[in-house]
Formats: sequence, C-alpha cells, structure tokens
Amino acid sequence: MNEALEELGALIAAKRPDCVLDYAVANGELTVNVAPASLHGLVEFLTTNPSCQFSTLVDITAVDHPSRPKRFEVVYHFLSMYQNHRIRLKVAIREEDMVASITDIHPSANWFEREVFDMFGILFSGHPDLRRILTDYGFRGHPLRKDFPTTGYTEVRYDEAQKRVVYEPVSLVQEYRQFDFMSPWEGAEYILPGDEKKEEA
Amino acid sequence: MDGSKFDDVLTGEQKIRNFNINFGPQHPAAHGVLRLVLELDGEIVERCDPHIGLLHRGTEKLMESRTYLQNLPYLDRLDYVAPMNQEHAWCLAIERLTGVEVPRRASLIRVLYSEIGRILSHLLNVTTQAMDVGALTPPLWGFEEREKLMIFYERACGARLHAAYFRPGGVHQDLPDELLDDIEEWAIDFPAVLDDIDGLLTENRIFKQRNADIGVVTEDDIQKYGFSGVMVRGSGLAWDLRRAQPYECYDEFDFQIPVGKNGDCYDRYLCRMEEMRQSISIIRQAIVKLREATGDVLARGKITPPPRAEMKTSMEALIHHFKLYTEGFHVPAGEVYAAVEAPKGEFGVYLVADGTNRPYRAKLRAPGYLHLQAMDYICKGHQLADVAAIIGTMDVVFGEIDR
Repeated sequence: MNEALEELGALIAAKRPDCVLDYAVANGELTVNVAPASLHGLVEFLTTNPSCQFSTLVDITAVDHPSRPKRFEVVYHFLSMYQNHRIRLKVAIREEDMVASITDIHPSANWFEREVFDMFGILFSGHPDLRRILTDYGFRGHPLRKDFPTTGYTEVRYDEAQKRVVYEPVSLVQEYRQFDFMSPWEGAEYILPGDEKKEEA
Repeated sequence: MDGSKFDDVLTGEQKIRNFNINFGPQHPAAHGVLRLVLELDGEIVERCDPHIGLLHRGTEKLMESRTYLQNLPYLDRLDYVAPMNQEHAWCLAIERLTGVEVPRRASLIRVLYSEIGRILSHLLNVTTQAMDVGALTPPLWGFEEREKLMIFYERACGARLHAAYFRPGGVHQDLPDELLDDIEEWAIDFPAVLDDIDGLLTENRIFKQRNADIGVVTEDDIQKYGFSGVMVRGSGLAWDLRRAQPYECYDEFDFQIPVGKNGDCYDRYLCRMEEMRQSISIIRQAIVKLREATGDVLARGKITPPPRAEMKTSMEALIHHFKLYTEGFHVPAGEVYAAVEAPKGEFGVYLVADGTNRPYRAKLRAPGYLHLQAMDYICKGHQLADVAAIIGTMDVVFGEIDR
C-alpha cells in the first residue's frame, strides 16, 4: 500500500516538477505540498492522467496556523474510484492571498470553497458564487479562525416588547473556560499568580 | 425565459415572469431545516438554490476546545439517524494516529452496530421517501422496527440515539449474551417486515410513477458532483468502502453490493432495500463470530480507562482513570483522513493533531453536503412535485450537512 503511494507521489513529482514542492507518505496516506499558483493545473493533471484518475473531489478544508507567515493551509482530498486510491494536496497561503477555484474542473468544489470562505475568509478566484453558506444571514467574521472566540460576538433572543428576534452582544455570566492542561513539570511558559519570585533587593 | 424578448408580440398584460417560491425551512418533505429557493416556470423547476446552515451549531469550532473523548458525542449529533457510524470514523481516525489495535470482540461489535445503524437509516429513508410521494403506511411500519433497533442501542449503551458507545480503542461496554440472542431473533423476523414494505411499495403504481425516471444520475455526474454511497450504487457502480477500502474487519464478512441500473430514484430505493437484507446477513454473521470471540472490548492502554475492578485495588489505575477523564489522552502530532461507509455515503473525519489532548482541527466530511449541492443540477427541468422525491432519495439529514 505504502509503496504504491510512494510510487504515485514520485510519478506526480516527476511529471509536474513545477507544481509539487514535496510529497510524503504518512499514516498510509499520500500528501503533496503544492505551490499556490500551480494548484489548478495540478488538479487538472490529477483528474485526467490515466494512472491518477482522481476524478472525485472528497473534501476541501483549511487549517489556521496564526503563528506561521503563511497563515492558512488549504487542504484538498481526492479519491479515484477507478484506481482505488486517495491523495491529499496542501497549499500554504498568506492571509491576503487568493486561491484559484477548481469549480470548473470539479463542480462539487462549489460549496466546499464557499464553506472555506465562510469559515476562514479565504477568497477563491474564479468562483461563480462566493457567498457565505453555513453561518447566519448577515454574519460577521470567520468562525474557524483561531482568533475568533468560540462564544462568538453576538447572541440572539426573542424580545417580548419588540415582538421579534433581536441580536445583542454576547454577555457571559462566567468567562468561557479554556483549561490549560500543560503540566507544570513539562515546562509551562507562564508563572501562576502568587508564584512569582521575590524581586532581588 | 422571462418573456422580455418577445416585446413585439406580447402586450404588457401577457408578460410572464418566472415564479419564485420558498420551499421550507419548515416543510415536512424537506427532512429537516432546509430552505430551497425555487424558480418555477409553471410547474417546471428552472433553478434551485438550497440555503443551508439553519442547523449550524459550530461543531468543528467546539471540537477544537474539547478533548478527544469529549468530542465523541458531537459525532452522534451529526447524522442523528445512524449515530454510531459517525463515531466509528472518529475512533478510526484517533486509532490510526495513535496506532492502537482494536480487540477482535470490539471490532465485531462495531460491525454489528454499524449495520444496525445502516438499517436504522435506510428504514427511515425508504419509508419517509415513500411518504413524500404519497404513501402513509410504510413509515408506520418502518418506525416500529426502528423502535426495536433503538432498544438494542439502549441495551448496549443506555441511550436510544446519542450513543457515545464506540470509543477510541474499542467499545464502551461488553454486550450481554441475551442481547445477542435477541438481536439474532430480530434478524430472523425482520426480513418478513421488509417483504411487507416491499409489497406495499415495489410494485405500487403511484410509487413507481413518482420515482421511476426521476432524478437520474449518470456515472459522469457521480464523478463531477462527488457522490458516494447509494447515490453511486444506484447508477450501477459497485463502489462501497466496506469492500473497496476495508476498515475494521469487514473483509472477513460475506456480503453483496447491490447496484441499480438506471440511476433514478426507484433504483436507489431498490438498492436500499437490498442493502438492508445484506446488513441482516452481516449482522447474523457477526453474532456467530461474537459468540466465539470472547475477550476484552477495549484495548487497555493510555487512551482507554482501566477495568472497574482494578480501580478498586490499584492506585495507578485510579490515577489513570482520573487523568483520562479530566485531562484526556494526548494524540501524537500528525494528520489523518479516516472514512467509513456510512448509510448515506462516505463519511470522513480529517483530523489534525498537534500532540496535545485536543484536536487542532477536525473537519467532518458529510456525504449529504455534496448530495444536496447537486440539487440544482438534478432538479432542473423536473416538476415541483419531484423536488420532494429527489430530496428524499438523496437521504439528507441536516445534522451532518450543517454541522
């Protein structure tokens, strides 16, 4: 299984050296890192090449790494029902970058790209209808970014006086609890209040 | 088609504009909270724009701030018609990253309950789709059987719907022998009920008129729109992850993959009926194997709790139990995509772990999301009444689409 994927990765890298930055097989899966500019071309190649035949788009998603200079990683999963193998493509982009839409090759990418736009705010160039999809009408912000609070910014309730649903800023009676599970013995990078060392006189 | 090009022929009074209607969000045939904006030319659907997200709960965001074990019940709430199949994908993803081997008995129990889930889902789909096209009796008969299956769920884990039964490393509790006997007894009786539903629907004139040649899906459409599950098999492609990329211990079971011929709603109905019969056969095989495979149902180690009895005597076990349910277990850094053949199609979990006790990112890939996306393509040119039949045959559940 792994040898076949290794071979496939080598084949793609050899055929399209300009697109593939590197490839790796881990956990029985082939992951190919792709340059953002050549994504569209590579997806087309993967679909049409007879030894790849990645004709089914399984998933598009993104991962937010706020500390990296290239903040987002857009992840594509493809499946070939004919060759019975899978591949994962990863594109690293900066916050202001746009990614080429692949809706012209895979119409199924439409909603996935809308979702990634909705959740991360990544723009796809050439997408026919890049609207929000899962969040509320008139929603602001991109919830799956790491700097978006889990509680969100607004909450809704039915207002008996106005006889309609009203939006209000979130008010929490207790702060949203995010526990820190880092063991103090494994090098926590903070000092608990009251644990500070006395200043040298 | 708005008539504006024929200004010279038509008077102002005769100008015809297409009619836009809202289908849902509260429509009994929408199978949940789906809002369709339909543009109709007479009774013909010209455009169909699904508005989803009305049931969006931010599951993926919530999962990032909870431990792996706390996240498991969220999976139940995706496709709430067959909860355990979703848990399965989550457990497989974690097991692949941590390299845990599931004990044989647990593996067999998972297969058994995945197939019960498949029947739960198909029963609901077949019968409610029939209700969408005008038959009232099938849901009543089907739900009676679902009730029995949910009691099997309850007897295994205590909950009828939100099971949280499959755990990373195995299943939560062992099954008592009486439960196995009862499931087997049910599996012997159930084909007769299927035959009854079959007798109501398969040769029913109205059912056929409403389903045959409606929502035809070709092999090319399957690839373009990323279909999976029955949407693929109804069109003649024998694609089933249980066979093509076997997970758990499906490779030792003997079952057939039913395929359709025309790719219409009627063929998909027939596929679902036959799949239920195949599931029955898998259930019976699993029970026979389970009677032989006695042993533990959890791979005892870091990611699973110690046996209850041990906790009474061993301090280490007690500490382990406490740490497991407070801090949770740590998953080594890496990423994995684990997919299962859920009743509705390929359900996948893409998990990015960073070595802590919480997933860095978890993406849930729901089959219904892609199926619903193709609504516009499939509905175009159909009558308004067919929209209900097509939504039914796509087997959409909003828990998993909106996440």
